[in-house]
Amino acid sequence: MIEIKNLHKSYPIGKDKLHVLKGLNLSIKEGEFVSIMGSSGSGKSTLLNILGLLDEHDEGEYILNGQVIQKLNEKKAAILRNKFLGFVFQSFNLINYKTALENVSLPLYYSGVGRKERQKIAMEYLEKVELGAWANHLPSEMSGGQKQRVAIARALVTQPKVILADEPTGALDSATSSAVMQILKDINKEGMTILVITHEEDIAEQTKRIVRLKDGIIMSDELQLQNA
Amino acid sequence: MFDIDHWREIFQSINKNKLRTILSGFTIAFAIMLFTILFGIGNGLRNTFQSQFAGDSMYSIYLWASKTTKPYKGLQSGRPIQLRNDDIDFIIDNYDSKLSGITPKIDKRLQAVYKGEQDTYQVTAVYPDVQKMEQAEIESGRFISLLDLQQRNKVVSIGRLVEQDLFGQLSALGKNITIDGISYKVIGTFSDPGGSNDERIIYAPFTTIQRLYGNTDELGSVTLSYNPNLNVNQAISFSNNLTKALKEKHGVAPSDQGAIRLFNMAEVNRDTSNFMLVLNLIILFIGIGTLIAGIIGISNIMVYIVRERTKELGIRKALGATPRSIISMIMMESILITAIAGYVGLLIGTGVLKSLGTSLEQYFITNPSVNTGVVIGATIILIIAGTIAGYLPAKRAARIKPIDALNDN
Repeated sequence: MIEIKNLHKSYPIGKDKLHVLKGLNLSIKEGEFVSIMGSSGSGKSTLLNILGLLDEHDEGEYILNGQVIQKLNEKKAAILRNKFLGFVFQSFNLINYKTALENVSLPLYYSGVGRKERQKIAMEYLEKVELGAWANHLPSEMSGGQKQRVAIARALVTQPKVILADEPTGALDSATSSAVMQILKDINKEGMTILVITHEEDIAEQTKRIVRLKDGIIMSDELQLQNA
Repeated sequence: MFDIDHWREIFQSINKNKLRTILSGFTIAFAIMLFTILFGIGNGLRNTFQSQFAGDSMYSIYLWASKTTKPYKGLQSGRPIQLRNDDIDFIIDNYDSKLSGITPKIDKRLQAVYKGEQDTYQVTAVYPDVQKMEQAEIESGRFISLLDLQQRNKVVSIGRLVEQDLFGQLSALGKNITIDGISYKVIGTFSDPGGSNDERIIYAPFTTIQRLYGNTDELGSVTLSYNPNLNVNQAISFSNNLTKALKEKHGVAPSDQGAIRLFNMAEVNRDTSNFMLVLNLIILFIGIGTLIAGIIGISNIMVYIVRERTKELGIRKALGATPRSIISMIMMESILITAIAGYVGLLIGTGVLKSLGTSLEQYFITNPSVNTGVVIGATIILIIAGTIAGYLPAKRAARIKPIDALNDN
């Protein structure tokens, strides 16, 4: 599903370059539930942004769902994001003037699904995260856990190939964290490939595979056999 | 092209962000309103100015005689000069190509009576050409004709207000009125754009009056209109030549300013057109100034709006919005708001102008109003400005990496 080979990324800082990713190799197959761990500055967010087509890599190869990602123009990247990827962010990133249902149906709007159909599908996914009753509420009327569940529903609504979750529980207390993790585990059980970025050990331990990053290099890559 | 979903997105965004919408809408509405009002008042000034000179042909030259003020060729000063019928022939013979009309005039103030109603009116003896010169409109019947002149008919064409005074609601046409004890048949009535004074005149055939009052060849004054093909300078030099020739004919010193007097509308027209030019420039300046203020206003707001929405745009991009859809969303919003607000501003502006109506006439502002086309043009300019102003930041927002936009707080 995701293949990266010798991936490099650096950011210009004045005249110097900050070399963030120093030749990563990683292969994630369909249906995997992977966590990428590392302290801040390890390059894990950069990796997620590249995987999510939100940023471009400098060197190396990235193959997403059999498609080589290289020098994509904005339009193509947007279409691929819409088709293959679902995002879950630490800060939820819901549009504050749209209701839960409208937020969930927005990706379908960009993939050109009709309004009625959109609302029907969005409602199905809201019910899947047990927020059917909150369909017409604004994000400001919901708790953090509820907002993240709306975001998960939004990530799932286009039936993407991969869910990319960036610190999905970073802004949540431990009770809601485990509820959110439970949802991720459930959708993984249904076959969805999930990539979670986290710096919390107990979150990573709930996934099936842990990739540890330090200073732009993969330190370890272990399967969690107890979760398999 | 028309996509209902697309518009639904835009309407929602407009609806849910009322402050933003009102802010940008207000700027546009205010600019268009100011534009309309200032432009309207400018037009009002112009209307006043134009109406001061309405009513008579722009090409008229008025000619009359008085006493000499200088001795000449052995004749003393203070000698009265009398214009006569042969002066008319002299002018026609010598200057026919420069004329488009001519009439001698004898003015009298006489009492007119019809069945007990009576009043004193200006009675003017004229040639038929006077109708064209005064730009009088025939309301009923006809005007004085050449046949009337030849036959010295006792007929009159009366102003609209004379008919109203003497006949009330009835028609004067074909009736006989008594003027200074002599009966005349009313052959027509007229209206005159020059206003009430010009509509309280009774015109009679020149020859008739000349015969009845004195039976001489004397006349009071001459009005002629110069050929409209002459430009202002040519017209002034024509009237200078004419004065010179008449002075010579009547034995008046060339430097005598008093004996033969002449007033050429061309001189007024020159001053008027200069003044109008300045006035138009001022109006134009006001209009452009208001528009520029509006353009700057909408530009600032568009920059602010895009800045404020950066994060939202980042979210949309992460969810699969193409740069084009981002740009088109922002621009459509901007165009829609500008168009509606511009229309509202136009309505308020014209409403204010209408309510001002005649109340500013004492400040020389008559019928302040604007050409709808001009205001629609101004609104379109603002829409284009708003579009361009929105396009640049929208394009930048569409180019920004979604990750940067998402990190924007």
